Amino acid sequence: MKELFPAKHVSGFVFSLILTGVALLVYFMDMSFAVGMTILVITAFAQATLQLVVFMHAGESSDKRSIYISVIYGIVIAILTVLGTLLAMIWGYV
Amino acid sequence: MEFFERFAIPHPSPAIYASMVAIALTTIAVVVGLTYFKKWGYLWREWLTTVDHKKIGIMYMISALLMLFRGGADALMMRAQTAVPENTLLDAQHYNEIFTTHGVVMIIFMAMAFIIALMNFVIPLQIGARDVAFPRLNALSFWLYFMGAMLLNISFVIGGSPSSGWTSYFPLAGNELSPSVGTNYYMLALQISGLGTLITGINFIVTILKMRAPGMTLMKMPMFTWAGLITNVIIVFAFPVLTVALAMGTMDRLFATNFFTTTDGGMDMLWANLFWVWGHPEVYILILPAFGIYSEIIPTFARRNLYGYTTMVVSMVVISLLSFVVWVHHFFTMGQGALVNSIFSITTMAIAVPTGIKIFNWLFTMWKGKIQFTVPMLYSLGFIPIFTIGGVTGVMLGMASADYQYHNTMFLVAHFHLVIIPGVVFAMIAGLTYWWPKMFGFMLNERIGKWGFWFIAGGTVLAFFPMFISGLDGQARRMYTYSEGTGFGIWNMLSFVGAIGLAIGFALLVYNIYYSTRYASRDIGDDPWNARSLEWATHNPVPEYNFAITPQVNSSEAFWDAKKRGHKLFKAGYKDIHMPNNSGIPFIMSVFFFIFGFAFIFSMWITVIVSLIAILACMTYRSFEKDDGYHITAEELKKAESELRGAK
Ligand code: HEM
Ligand SMILES: [Cu+2]
Repeated sequence: MKELFPAKHVSGFVFSLILTGVALLVYFMDMSFAVGMTILVITAFAQATLQLVVFMHAGESSDKRSIYISVIYGIVIAILTVLGTLLAMIWGYV
Repeated sequence: MEFFERFAIPHPSPAIYASMVAIALTTIAVVVGLTYFKKWGYLWREWLTTVDHKKIGIMYMISALLMLFRGGADALMMRAQTAVPENTLLDAQHYNEIFTTHGVVMIIFMAMAFIIALMNFVIPLQIGARDVAFPRLNALSFWLYFMGAMLLNISFVIGGSPSSGWTSYFPLAGNELSPSVGTNYYMLALQISGLGTLITGINFIVTILKMRAPGMTLMKMPMFTWAGLITNVIIVFAFPVLTVALAMGTMDRLFATNFFTTTDGGMDMLWANLFWVWGHPEVYILILPAFGIYSEIIPTFARRNLYGYTTMVVSMVVISLLSFVVWVHHFFTMGQGALVNSIFSITTMAIAVPTGIKIFNWLFTMWKGKIQFTVPMLYSLGFIPIFTIGGVTGVMLGMASADYQYHNTMFLVAHFHLVIIPGVVFAMIAGLTYWWPKMFGFMLNERIGKWGFWFIAGGTVLAFFPMFISGLDGQARRMYTYSEGTGFGIWNMLSFVGAIGLAIGFALLVYNIYYSTRYASRDIGDDPWNARSLEWATHNPVPEYNFAITPQVNSSEAFWDAKKRGHKLFKAGYKDIHMPNNSGIPFIMSVFFFIFGFAFIFSMWITVIVSLIAILACMTYRSFEKDDGYHITAEELKKAESELRGAK
């Protein structure tokens, strides 16, 4: 029975629906910009990780090392780009 | 009639009308020629529908050479206009259009196409693969690039060229200051060819990671393949930024959004920021394959193995990381505070360290070597000093406080030409000459090649060194003329002479191709340069299946080992080979992309929707198509191989 019921995928699916619902609340509820953004960032990253691991099977094949290295590389570049842009365009702009 | 008015040129001149006639005549000549010699079928079967990485590489190369001449014509016009003070050959608007298209054509359609050409042709051979991982996508990449290039190239006869620089800064590129459709061309053409490049990036990463010959670990890959891997990683991370920026710019121009406007919450500087987030990695996308090519050529002709393989790899990885954290150095003067500028100054100067390491590695490779001065080697030797001067001036520009003096002057123009020309153009001609026998089965003439080298190297030095002086004297870039009293006249005249030298050099390259095609010996064997890496272990020209037997590899110079150390490359016997079928879909789909882009540029929405549906239809067709490819049987293989060997 255990093999027949894909528990991991069903719970992953439910969880991703919950994440979507929470993100949607930001639009329907009244909250400050900062709170809303925080919720969006957290749910977005959780959602991306979930999809990657549960549905796109990262980490299940023999090349999981290179998959994770490239994901981390991507995240590092993205963060550096965003921080650098904020630095040049807003925080450090005189 | 009203409908056609939008296609008129806003700022015409006799030269543009002459080009219109020339384009029309050439098109007619090509169509008539193809029909008369009954070549349509051949063209369709052998080229338009091919999925063979070698043929795609060759098509990229031909397109790149064409674009080199288009961009070169622009360059000659600019240099002619500025050769003497207060010249009236071109007016301000035409000069703006020409420097814009020169930059776009040279970087996006010439340099990118040339590096992708050589990666396509060489990398699968160097890793002992039959093709790239996704041959059909590869064809799609090429045709998207080609259609993007054609789109930009018709702008000057239909609707008007872009004229706000290859950097297309807003608000100058916005509707208010650039009302013609020129900048729409820029946005759409780059978008379409950029898609092709992104697909190439993914395709080659998968190819290199998954399809290497048995025994070839990552640290046993030839250096050009390593350079290709890193380049494609940078492509995959950098190009999406351009895609997004172009989409936002397009929406600003066509749908009245306010991303880059100066009013209504727009942020014009954000364009410059996003452009350079892509743009600086882009210059490393251009230079790394060149580093790879030199790392193949120098050991071959110095007769020594590459010095410091590991440091070469590590320095490329470091460059790829650093290249993403320096972009602000392109706008030090645009208003950030000292802290921000200092941070980006330091990261910028740090890039010189891994680059310097590579230069020393090449020098050590040649140290005590028995150097053969062939044409590819001459270009490699010319590259080192000229590129070093370009790089050192880059470090000067990288000091934010000093950059206030250099920025937007001819000094900057001298810097980037002296890195890009030895870095990309020299490397491409060197690589072309080096791998030419692999592509076509004969060699380019060495004597003409050497004359060409001296014209090109001399022309480069003469065309760009004077700009350091006039730039420090205050000559701004992108100005269509200057007064006599400035004293810039002499330096610009020297530049013009250098530009003519370059033009002669490129003409010699073309003459060399013509001459060698007619007269060169076809009897050159499989290894005319006495080379080292795996691509030389198969025939010249390469048969469609690349290697009859998958090679076994045990070092980065597998072929050298096979020649000198008794390593056995081909152990197994002949087996059936599975090959992909040709397909017309990539070409047809890209034609629809062209129509889509063209209609978008002129806001012809119905055509946009129809062509979009056609594109989706192509994708749907592909999704349901059953195509298992075909097999070359062991028997056929045996026959083909013994014929290839017998021919020698
Ligand atoms: C040692 C390495 C390098 C350093 C430190 C460096 C530094 C710089 C800096 C600071 C600028 C901006 C200057 C200004 O706008 O005032 C610049 C511009 C430029 N560099 Fe480099 N650079 C280096 C290597 C390269 C390479 C290898 C390439 C290309 C293959 C390249 C291509 C360019 C281009 C195209 C521009 C001008 C873009 C424009 O404004 O139109 N650079 N470089
Ligand atoms: Cu840069």
